[in-house]
Amino acid sequence: MPFNMLVAFCLLYVIMLFAVAYFAERRAQRGRLKFLHSPIIYTLSLSIYCTAWTFYGAVGYAARSGLEFVTIYLGPTLVFIGWWWILRKLVRIGRAQRVTSIADLISSRYGKSNSLGVIVTLMSVASATPYIALQLQSVTLSFGVFAADTPEFWVMSGQGEAALWIAGGLAVFTILFGTRNLDANERHHGVVMAIALEAVVKLVALVAVGIFVVWGLAGGVADILDKVAASPIADWNLKPGRFAGLIFVSAAAILTLPRMFQVLVVENVSERHLATASWAFPAYLMMMSLFVLPIAVVGLERMPPGTNPDLFVLTLPLSEGQGKLALLAFLGGFSSATSMVIVAAIALATMVSNHIVTPLWLALRRQSVRESGDVRGLVLTSRRVSIAGVLAMGYTYYHLSGGSEALAAIGLIAFVGAAQVLPALLGGIFWRGATHVGARAGLLIGFAIWLYTLFLPSVGTSGWISASVMAEGPFGIDWLRPQALFGFTGLDPLLHALMWSLLLNTLAFLIFSMSSFPPPMERLQGLAFVNVFDQAPNARGWTRGQADAEDLLSMSQRILGVGEAQKFFQSEAAAQGKTGFLPDTTPEFITTLERELAGSVGAATAHAMIAQLSGGSSVSVQDLIAVAGEAAEIKEYSAQLEAKSEELARTARALREANDKLTELSVQKDAFLGQISHELRTPMTSIRAFSEILMEPDLPEEMRQKYGEIIHEEARRLTRLLDDLLDLSVLENRRVQLNIGAANLHDLLSKAVQAAGSTRPERKFRIGRDPSVEHMAVFTDTDRLLQVFINLVSNARKYCDAELPKLRIEVRKRGPRVQIDFIDNGSGIPKKAQALIFEKFARLTDTSRAGGAGLGLAICREIMANLGGTIDYLPGQGGAAFRVTLPLRYSEAEARAVMEG
Amino acid sequence: MPKSSQPVFLARRSYRRRRKMDAARLLPIGGAVIFMLPVAWEPASTPVPDTARGLVYIFASWVMLILAALILARGLAPTYDEEETAEGSGVLRRRDAGGGAAPRATEPPPEE
Repeated sequence: MPFNMLVAFCLLYVIMLFAVAYFAERRAQRGRLKFLHSPIIYTLSLSIYCTAWTFYGAVGYAARSGLEFVTIYLGPTLVFIGWWWILRKLVRIGRAQRVTSIADLISSRYGKSNSLGVIVTLMSVASATPYIALQLQSVTLSFGVFAADTPEFWVMSGQGEAALWIAGGLAVFTILFGTRNLDANERHHGVVMAIALEAVVKLVALVAVGIFVVWGLAGGVADILDKVAASPIADWNLKPGRFAGLIFVSAAAILTLPRMFQVLVVENVSERHLATASWAFPAYLMMMSLFVLPIAVVGLERMPPGTNPDLFVLTLPLSEGQGKLALLAFLGGFSSATSMVIVAAIALATMVSNHIVTPLWLALRRQSVRESGDVRGLVLTSRRVSIAGVLAMGYTYYHLSGGSEALAAIGLIAFVGAAQVLPALLGGIFWRGATHVGARAGLLIGFAIWLYTLFLPSVGTSGWISASVMAEGPFGIDWLRPQALFGFTGLDPLLHALMWSLLLNTLAFLIFSMSSFPPPMERLQGLAFVNVFDQAPNARGWTRGQADAEDLLSMSQRILGVGEAQKFFQSEAAAQGKTGFLPDTTPEFITTLERELAGSVGAATAHAMIAQLSGGSSVSVQDLIAVAGEAAEIKEYSAQLEAKSEELARTARALREANDKLTELSVQKDAFLGQISHELRTPMTSIRAFSEILMEPDLPEEMRQKYGEIIHEEARRLTRLLDDLLDLSVLENRRVQLNIGAANLHDLLSKAVQAAGSTRPERKFRIGRDPSVEHMAVFTDTDRLLQVFINLVSNARKYCDAELPKLRIEVRKRGPRVQIDFIDNGSGIPKKAQALIFEKFARLTDTSRAGGAGLGLAICREIMANLGGTIDYLPGQGGAAFRVTLPLRYSEAEARAVMEG
Repeated sequence: MPKSSQPVFLARRSYRRRRKMDAARLLPIGGAVIFMLPVAWEPASTPVPDTARGLVYIFASWVMLILAALILARGLAPTYDEEETAEGSGVLRRRDAGGGAAPRATEPPPEE
């Protein structure tokens, strides 16, 4: 293929890219975003991970080290299939905080500190510049392959000139489509479309070459596997440390490389796209690496020894006479290089303009934020200049290093450099204790070690670090040798640098974070970042300051553009229920405005500008407390509600119980009334009947006598019943007048036995007592106590159904109290009746036999309660058994306690 | 909102979604184990050259992981909106949700 034709094709391709970008922008302006905002475009734009280093370099890598090349793609695969952990949170934070770059993310998280933004920016520029140079080199080299036919032309124009043309062309493209608008959150539709197209081209190209190699040059899959087994790289020399280290560093790089952050977070349109990218991007990487090893093996086999394996993708089809395939491969390599450079330039330029140029300009014109000139123009210009500057640096680096072989190793070196941001990044989004002091210490230490152990030695022993330092350490200090820190000599240089830089970086980050105290702004941001998924209280960055809405509007106009700013102010005013362009400068409004501005100039700058206008009334410790207070209030309120409802439930339960009891009492009362009426009616009936008979005129005297006796007897029964009832009522109401006196218990019991002797006197009844223990003095209402004893003894006499009835009376002293048990040898009281016997009118047998109203035990219980004692039924004694317990010495307080308990 | 206001037990659908999230979190760990297995295999010390077998192993496990991620993403994506609306509260998210989560076909979002 003639070289001129190649140049023509290349130009055509570039024109097509411009056209695609242009039409995508047009489409976006008309609002037809559906296609531009599809997850496929998002996934394809991520493919800038696969640079020319992948496209050409992977084959070279495979030709040198076999399967190890695959680690560079396994790391990102793990990060993407694990999107639920980190990527989802990063994207959510990026959208919530309107993050413009990785430097902005770090600076915003650590209290909008611009110094951190500057550090990350400088680190990014330092590690990306050689990488851009590498891309320029690869395109130049690939041109050189085609120019081999017409060497005189190539020599004439010179390699450097080609690189210059490419760098210039890329600068024009990037400035045209990468700086159309200021807001980094407004997507660069043109750029994204163009790199999506380039992603397709490079995948198609590499797969086409792969298919040609596998099925054209070799005899299919089985043959390729045989060839692999027979090739110089047949033995898989797996070094565990390098294998794991490279997977780790590539996983870190996909998160921290500025260009990856740009497409992954800043250009992200919807979190849903991540779900698609989580499998589609690993699939893309897998397809890109699938044919790398076959191409390398066939290239080693077919190409003459000494051919640069980095260019096998190009030279292999060319040497087989496949000009068109080679052209496709060339365009693939060209796409890989250009898409990376474009996005890297945009990302770096955003960082440089937001973190270095704009703050510098603001600092130089400190007084004049109110009437400063066109900030928008300044930022845009600085961004354009930065893009040109970044590319110029890349070109200069390429020129100075002379396109040396050393550049090939720069890919991994850049990865390790970018990975230094990892501790600050992950710490920032997962750990609220991370502080800017820790982040700064970690970044600086990691960056310094990276420079010293990896970057500078890689530039070559000629310039920066002399051979003697490499061999003997600086000033002859042995343990400071760049590639053998602290005497670790056995390690691979890359692994050595990775280990020490990240280890000490993380250590410094942790130690300084834990030993420092963050200012309020930083704590607020830490909360907003770490808890981005549960935005508990709306974190406010501002208190009501003296900011004037008019000043804010005029400043915003200079940043956002007149139309945009007015639209924003108008909608905010409308949201507050006001007409016109000037909303109240509430803290909420200022926070929203700051975030809006942050999307254009970065969080730190936006914060600084608003701080100037609002008289520096930024967040204070009091505000932090207020925010925490709001959260606490909500929590407390819900806790109160909970407590209240619990209390309600408790009350309801108590009410229900009370109601049940009342119902029961009402039933009892009815039963009681019924009983009373019955008890009263029986004697009344007989009195009435017999008195009617007495009224008969001619009744014999003896009959009159007899009936009169009956009437008298029934009247006495009635009186007794009424006495009992009165007695019980008095006792129950605790209004009884106690007649406290001293007596011997033995005497009382004897009296009781004697008095009860009149009950069923015909029965032979044995009483078992032990007088020796009965002699003790009791100080109580002796008459009442005697009444209880009589009742119990006569009950035993009445109801004991044993053939030889016997009653045992046992007295025991228990401290200040005495127990008197009355145990007979009858059949006792059935279990289910035991609970009832102390109730009024409870009688186990029929009324006539008992000859009482059934109030006896109820009265006993009330008497004992009045005396501060108890009476209980004692089950399991072989007969009916009652236990009377009372204090030896009556005291009013104790009696009351017993009654109330 | 305080954590205590979240339900203790979930409905069947939410329960399944939680378990899918668990799986999505575990997948990269499983992937790392799979990719590091060749270290235990020690291909450098085997008598036969291993690159060809390693090639097949790596790419086969790669494809499996991609398929697993595909299935999980399919399972998680439909529920993503619900979760977003549930969590989206306050001024801060209101503005962002308009531009991104629901791309509009006819009219450009206000901030673009």
